[in-house]
Amino acid sequence: MTNSKTIKVEWPREDYSRIPFWLYHDPEVYRQEQERIFKGRAWSYVALEAELPNPGDFRTTFIGDTPVIVARAEDGSLKAMVNRCAHRGAIVRRETRGNAKEHICIYHRWSYGQDGSLTGVPFLRGIKGKGGMGCDFRVADHGLQKLRVESHAGVIFATFDDETETLQEYLGPVFTKHLSRIFNRPVRVLGYQRQRIAGNWKLYLENQRDTYHGSLLHEFQSTFGTSRATQAGGVTMDDSRRHNLTYARAGTDDDQEFKTLYKDNKVHESKLRLEDASMIRNFREFDDGISLAICGLFPNATVHQISNSLATRQLRTFGPDEFELYWTLFGYEDDSEEMTQHRLMQANMVGPAGLISMEDGEAIEITHRATKTESVSACSVVEMGGSGPIIDLEHRVNDIAVRGFWFGYAQMMGFSSKKEQS
Amino acid sequence: MLACELMADYAELIDSDRLEEWLELFTEDARYDVIPRENVEQGLPLSIMVCSNKAQLRDRITALRQANEYNLHYDRHLIGSVRVRPSADGTFEIGANYAVFQTTLEGQSRLFSAGCYKDRVRIVDGQLRIYDKCVIVDTFSIPTLLATPL
Repeated sequence: MTNSKTIKVEWPREDYSRIPFWLYHDPEVYRQEQERIFKGRAWSYVALEAELPNPGDFRTTFIGDTPVIVARAEDGSLKAMVNRCAHRGAIVRRETRGNAKEHICIYHRWSYGQDGSLTGVPFLRGIKGKGGMGCDFRVADHGLQKLRVESHAGVIFATFDDETETLQEYLGPVFTKHLSRIFNRPVRVLGYQRQRIAGNWKLYLENQRDTYHGSLLHEFQSTFGTSRATQAGGVTMDDSRRHNLTYARAGTDDDQEFKTLYKDNKVHESKLRLEDASMIRNFREFDDGISLAICGLFPNATVHQISNSLATRQLRTFGPDEFELYWTLFGYEDDSEEMTQHRLMQANMVGPAGLISMEDGEAIEITHRATKTESVSACSVVEMGGSGPIIDLEHRVNDIAVRGFWFGYAQMMGFSSKKEQS
Repeated sequence: MLACELMADYAELIDSDRLEEWLELFTEDARYDVIPRENVEQGLPLSIMVCSNKAQLRDRITALRQANEYNLHYDRHLIGSVRVRPSADGTFEIGANYAVFQTTLEGQSRLFSAGCYKDRVRIVDGQLRIYDKCVIVDTFSIPTLLATPL
């Protein structure tokens, strides 16, 4: 990107334990994030292969704030292209999904093939020898901008940059393995949930990496024991520290220990009991015993397993002050009808009305609102689990992956602090 | 007439935060379902909020009162003309469009949700009660979050 203003970030501490608030609000930072991250050397999650089973199937989506079409071509290969006409810049495909051999812009009827190549321009040679495009106009030069597409275990990613490493390399062994774990057999999409949050997108990436807040903000969790900080679990990152996995195992703590600990810490202790607890039942379906796995894949995806609720969450940015979360909930094709019904009921736990997730929308909005007018020197504190080196931890009383996110983010943005952590 | 009163009570009890009384508009076997219009159109079964009996609906309200944190606000329901269709088994299907405005504690209002109700009701002890409430949400990209029932 030319004409980029140079942004100088003064990190109060080199271990990313202090985050200047202006980074969430500055329009120029947002603009450069689109160029360097979403249109840069990152793989963004775009769809599941299960959503594009047949040749010609397409879905419209977003990478950052750029409209994108992801499609399956006649030969079965996956394609992704910017959903913006090469002629005058109009949105080409306005539906959210469908099946088509070509994509036609309504404005001047330019038509594109399933891979985004321009196939037709009305009146290309004019009418009766008059008008038409200039003789040096080459149809082959004017397709939709094509993205690289790769899929792992049926999860489709795209990148704008030819220089981005392969998807396997980008995700690394920990996260390719985790995707293979969740997507271990064909999945069936159960439906979508969406929510628009009036906050900066980075607040959500932090939220996903902050295991400290889980049992405190989401009191439903601690009260009913679906996830408590006293359960065995931890945080894993990769070398780049931009992705993260938070995990926990149910049934590894005892009620009394939990109650004493939370009471001592002035955490709301309720006598709340569910009349109908069928919704929070956990049917063990993974051999590793992990009952909670929240996996953040930088920059735009979360893959969650919360008991038997399985979903991807795609983050779409709409300016520095707004983002959409697009939740795709799924089960497996070989699920029994009973299991499908259980997953549908357990969906009550997640999404915009989720009993253990609705609070995130509010927490992000109140943070965004209160920090908007803060001074340049004001910053947040990220020190749970200690400061210094950013390392994997075998407990969840930490927010170390938040610092990991900022480490990876700063590298990609060219904002790195003077002395990087090893 | 009874159907219009039921809808009016429904709106008033939510908007005045009398959710425990609102629960009494439902039968014990009632289903309460809030489903995004895009899922309905694609034939996908996923809801945003679903309770398959009244115990689960009570649990929702208990959680709302005692566990969940959400944006502090007032609700205001505007419910359009109510259509009533009697069924052969003596129950009724009633439908109406709705709009819900949310107002912050600072007095700013926004359109929070537009959609329609497709309800099934029956007479219990002389009162019309809901045994299947289906809220189809046009505003399925939920602003902020959904805590109080629609």
